Amino acid sequence: MDLHIAHLYPDLMNIYGDRGNVIALSQRARWRGIEAEVRPYSVGQWADPDWPDVWFFGGGQDQGQDIVGADLAGKNGAGLRRSVEGGAAIFSVCGGYQLLGHEYVPEVGPAIPGVGILDVTTRAGKKRFVGNLLADSTDGQLIGFENHSGRTFLGTSAKALGTVVVGNGNNGEDKTEGAIQGKVIGCYLHGSCLPKNPWIADQLLIWALARRHGDVKVDPLDDRDELAAREQAIGVARARP
Amino acid sequence: MPDALALVATAAGKLTLEGLRLAGRGGTALPGLIALTLDPDFISALAGGLPHGVVCVSGTNGKTTTARMLSDILRSSGWEAIHNRSGSNLDRGVASALLADATWSAEPRGNVGLFEIDEASLPGVVGRLRPRVVVVTNLFRDQMDRYFELDALAKRIGEALAGLPRETTLILNSDDPLVASLALRRDAKTIYFGVDDPSVGGVVPQAISDATRCPRCSSPLHYDRVILAHVGEWSCSNCGLTRPARDVAAAKIVLGPSGSEIVLAGTVGGIFEPLRVPIPGLYNAYNALAAVAAAGALGIGLAEATRALVNFRPAFGRHETVQVKGRTLRLVLVKNPAGFNAAIGALLETGRNPRILAALNDRDADGRDVSWIWDADFEALAPSVEHAVITGVRSRDLALRFKYAGLAEDRMEVVDSSGAAIDRAVALAPEGCEVAVVATYTAMLELRAALARAGMVSPFWED
Repeated sequence: MDLHIAHLYPDLMNIYGDRGNVIALSQRARWRGIEAEVRPYSVGQWADPDWPDVWFFGGGQDQGQDIVGADLAGKNGAGLRRSVEGGAAIFSVCGGYQLLGHEYVPEVGPAIPGVGILDVTTRAGKKRFVGNLLADSTDGQLIGFENHSGRTFLGTSAKALGTVVVGNGNNGEDKTEGAIQGKVIGCYLHGSCLPKNPWIADQLLIWALARRHGDVKVDPLDDRDELAAREQAIGVARARP
Repeated sequence: MPDALALVATAAGKLTLEGLRLAGRGGTALPGLIALTLDPDFISALAGGLPHGVVCVSGTNGKTTTARMLSDILRSSGWEAIHNRSGSNLDRGVASALLADATWSAEPRGNVGLFEIDEASLPGVVGRLRPRVVVVTNLFRDQMDRYFELDALAKRIGEALAGLPRETTLILNSDDPLVASLALRRDAKTIYFGVDDPSVGGVVPQAISDATRCPRCSSPLHYDRVILAHVGEWSCSNCGLTRPARDVAAAKIVLGPSGSEIVLAGTVGGIFEPLRVPIPGLYNAYNALAAVAAAGALGIGLAEATRALVNFRPAFGRHETVQVKGRTLRLVLVKNPAGFNAAIGALLETGRNPRILAALNDRDADGRDVSWIWDADFEALAPSVEHAVITGVRSRDLALRFKYAGLAEDRMEVVDSSGAAIDRAVALAPEGCEVAVVATYTAMLELRAALARAGMVSPFWED
């Protein structure tokens, strides 16, 4: 069995260690005997938008985000939408999450359109949310570190990924963190997210493998190290938000 | 003549300093903070009285080592530097250094100021110091919970430098596009340093780069040679911006396990003997180039500067070595992916399989966001690691990073306390072996405190 992982704009959207999510996806596949290949998808004509089973889209600096936004406004955005309709999964963080929504509304100037895959909208905020982020979800607690000034609000088609316990999450107002819609996940969890929240990584693997391999059961891994890192990080988040 | 406010601030600051000394404390920032609170212009008032002027050393990595190298050079030329040596490099650290070397009548005892300035503080401080020379070593992503974005930081530094007097000389790393373009807004004296040796670096871009776009036109940069992250032989094929010509260039570098030798070339002239840098690592070779270039800007010749560096001793955690029970502990401070990659590069250059004691904390001085470890190239390190003992407030994140980089479970273990981690790492290493102690700032302080309790090192503020 094999897995195709696309890393979106790794040259421009690679801030805050989000690359760890790609490392986690590919290692957790390889440890189960699944061959994982990672390919970069950056600015310009994409060679094969139908290749990926799962896309990763991380956060970036402002300059990077502007260039990426413009790139996704063209053919590549359409290719990404078609890929999701064809059964591919997406995991996105911070800037990537914002760009998957309908639009980003800056403090001044016109709204910047997003890809519209997630039913969310983001507005610029004055105060930057920086700190440990802990959220409850039905599948387990989510732990990470947030660093964003955008305030993201969910529409009716997107469900919150979790409920904030420590930190600010989507917007600092409604206690929601992240969004999930079909096989697409967005969140504000840096950290990196997937190594310390391995059940999300495994959910993404199951979704991704289903695209070409049908319903696949993934074997459980020995996650004691992952759980120990979670516990330590949760302890820090509670003591020093 | 200092004004009344500066006199009051000096007196209050010096009293604090004396009080701390009597209490046996080595606080490096508090006296400066008090003086600045009483007189916000305290730094300008005192720094203005230095006859040879002020040198500022800034950048993400290498400021402490570069400033120390320059300090050795100045001393060997008979100058007396006032230097914020203990690594407290915010404005209060600068103020504390001025206080410690000022008379009670607010006059400096030295004749030149040598100040390491935190790169995020540089835009706010540099105008007050009116420096004769400003050195910028490099700009990498670092503690983003504090500094946020590198592009924005580079812009602020460029604006601050543009406002300096025309007489100020900038010493800039030509190989770092973000640093090299700091002079774009400025028509003034600039000395560029860089590495020309074609055998240094590769052609393949490294996984993590902070500035792959042109600082002037935002087009993708082209690299003929990549040395470290976005540092290398760069050019923009769109607007034509290119790596500036080097005034102080390393035509050839020979890297060794305890130091390197550099054949110098460039417009500042050459010397017959190579520059010997007695601490290992390519990044320390860069620091030496920066120090020699800064000395040149102050009128000190290459030969004299080169001679002064022969006996250079590293600062706290910058390849400082400590003997423990017949083993050598090499203390390497890390705080960001580029620094980590440079440090492991120096470990791997030796060709040995490193034994490591690694410590990760997430306090303010370390950076509260530990995500950066996922940007660091543990994948390059893991296959060579003989054994790793892991400790710190976020030891489990670090262990997970090693695991995902492919280090086998039986080659690593987590030990909670600093003292026990040192004992364990020493016990595992055969006598005569070296253990590389790789730690973030407060984690290194804790490890060093444990070594001090065991009588192995002196407390660092006696430095």
